[in-house]
Amino acid sequence: MPRLVSISDASGWTERLKDAAGVALIALLLGIPMIGLTTADQGGALEVLTRWPLLGAFVAVVFCGRLLLRYLLDLLKRRRQTRERQQGEVTAVTMKRVWLDGRVLSAIGWLVLGVALVLPVVFSDNRYVVDIATTVLIYVMLGWGLNVVVGLAGLLDMGHAAFYAVGAYAYALLATRFGWGFWEALPVAGLIATVFGLAIGWPSLRLRGDYLAIVTLGFGEIIRVVLVNWTDFSGGPNGISQIPRPNFFGLPFSPSGDRPTFASFFGLEFSPMHRIIFLYYVILMLSLLTNALVARLRRLPIGRAWEAMREDEIACKALGMDVTKIKLSAFALGAMLGGVAGVFFAARQGFISPESFTFNESAIILAIVVLGGMGSQLGVVLASLVLVLIPEIGRDFSEYRMLLFGTAMILIMIWRPAGILSHREPTLRHAAAGGEHA
Amino acid sequence: MPEPLLSVERLTMRFGGLAAIDDMSLDVPAGLITGVIGPNGAGKTTFFNCLTGFYKPTTGSVRLNHPRHGALRLESLPSHEVARLAQVVRTFQNIRTFPKMTVLENLIVAQHNVLQQASFFSLAGILGLPSYRRAEARALEKAVGWLTRLGLIDKADIPAGALPYGMQRRVEIARALCVDPLLLCLDEPAAGLNPRESGELNELLRRLVEEERLTLLLIEHDMSVVMNVCDHICVLNYGRKIAEGTPREIQNDPQVIKAYLGEEEAGDMRVEMKEVMKA
Repeated sequence: MPRLVSISDASGWTERLKDAAGVALIALLLGIPMIGLTTADQGGALEVLTRWPLLGAFVAVVFCGRLLLRYLLDLLKRRRQTRERQQGEVTAVTMKRVWLDGRVLSAIGWLVLGVALVLPVVFSDNRYVVDIATTVLIYVMLGWGLNVVVGLAGLLDMGHAAFYAVGAYAYALLATRFGWGFWEALPVAGLIATVFGLAIGWPSLRLRGDYLAIVTLGFGEIIRVVLVNWTDFSGGPNGISQIPRPNFFGLPFSPSGDRPTFASFFGLEFSPMHRIIFLYYVILMLSLLTNALVARLRRLPIGRAWEAMREDEIACKALGMDVTKIKLSAFALGAMLGGVAGVFFAARQGFISPESFTFNESAIILAIVVLGGMGSQLGVVLASLVLVLIPEIGRDFSEYRMLLFGTAMILIMIWRPAGILSHREPTLRHAAAGGEHA
Repeated sequence: MPEPLLSVERLTMRFGGLAAIDDMSLDVPAGLITGVIGPNGAGKTTFFNCLTGFYKPTTGSVRLNHPRHGALRLESLPSHEVARLAQVVRTFQNIRTFPKMTVLENLIVAQHNVLQQASFFSLAGILGLPSYRRAEARALEKAVGWLTRLGLIDKADIPAGALPYGMQRRVEIARALCVDPLLLCLDEPAAGLNPRESGELNELLRRLVEEERLTLLLIEHDMSVVMNVCDHICVLNYGRKIAEGTPREIQNDPQVIKAYLGEEEAGDMRVEMKEVMKA
């Protein structure tokens, strides 16, 4: 490619040199206190020493590095432009690419599903991997729930952890006080979360965008503060412990007992991994159900109405759509899915406290939806993987862990401003419906 | 004159001290095209907003003689009921399509109420019951029908926001038609169209009235559209109705000419309007 690069290089190089000089200047200014000056212990007293040669080397490296970076970026840009010029009809090409994108994405989706299904079989004696995978799936489920509200309906909800908390506490209380089992409590807790979703949706119907974000943020905090302070009801900051774990259709996961256990029933040797793997499959099934439900709803009138409302609320009203109902339904469904995820969380941990439902949690769920690409189901999966795995990988870097996390988020947003997957698949096609013009 | 479909009586809309519409009365006859014209800031769009429930008028009434539901008072209905129950559907001066959704999806969304009912709170839809499938097929058929008639069928699967301006206007009209309007209110449908496109628009509007028995209410600046397609014109200035009549009467109305151009250039305006009529 050197021939391509040499075009108009004279002006290109002056530009690049200027740019690199500017960056080097900033490096110099920052470097004076950080590198140029240092302190040393001289016989008990602290003295300021200078390290100008080191600073000089630092600035030189920054200058050269920046120059190289710019050069490489320009090279990439020019190659892309040439390629685009060569591809004659732009519209035809983009159309084909969009179609291909859809095919590729569904292939990736099936691949991810396949991996998810066999993962605990492959890692059946590695508790760490299955635990992390379960955590990823909890976030996937939370992300899918919030995706209905934020990604499809376009309502910026910054308090999703509140519904997560409602679901978790509903199960914890039903189980510890009334002896309910996991499977009975699951729909009821989902319903309770729905009611809370409607309760927050109703007063905030007239709000949009940033105003709605503030209200939902406040709502999330209210739930948390109530849980912290209402000690008689929720155990306060101590939370609720000894929440019963789900059993396998009545067979408990315990070493031995009077009644048949999971291990004895199937003639297996007891292993604590049984429950871990079972929990993994439970959340996998719940997530898949969620995905099927949301994907189906998206192709139904209500789903299209959510998206239309995100695009233009006023136009929706002018077409006779009751925006109130549409908004409430989005809130209610999002809250219900959050609540169900909360039930699972409580059952898996066996202990919950308000600490698990802080604003930080809402922010991560929202980050998953935005990072994944608003409205994209597969994007949520990829973003959950990234956001759960990065802090895990970062464990080796101890105090730099959150720095790594933040940097990764910034880089992803620069790389793909609309999220990892911003491709939107139409809910129906004229071509597919047998149109002759396809 | 035929029976009025819509009667506006003594409508006033105040914003603080400003009367955007001042004591306006107007009958919109059924099966004709009524134009509302006036200089910028005359209150035309405010008038549409009052009709379609986006503003609550300060005083006055807007009565619609609906063939099935009898007399409806539009000023007391919320905006979505104006479209759903009264079947008065509007378009917007600044285009309001659903840009990321395809053209076809835009038209299907417009049939939300019918489909939502058929999907029985999404239950029949989730289960994919035949009754819902049939309703969806009918909705698709209607959408494809309008897209074909408006020459948009080969754009059906393209996101509405990716189309050129003139086509987006047509998408908005097609979408409004999918609501089965009795009265279609178009807010400057020819704005931003080139002469050929605005000629096609004229033809479309006439066809809608003649073949579909629609009643049209039209805000327009483009005189070639106004003078060629309107049966009846109402002129607003500073929120007041200053003239009403056939296009011929309006072109010769000294008040109207004064409102548009001031006294001196009145002669030119008359010549220009006549030329447009001939064209």
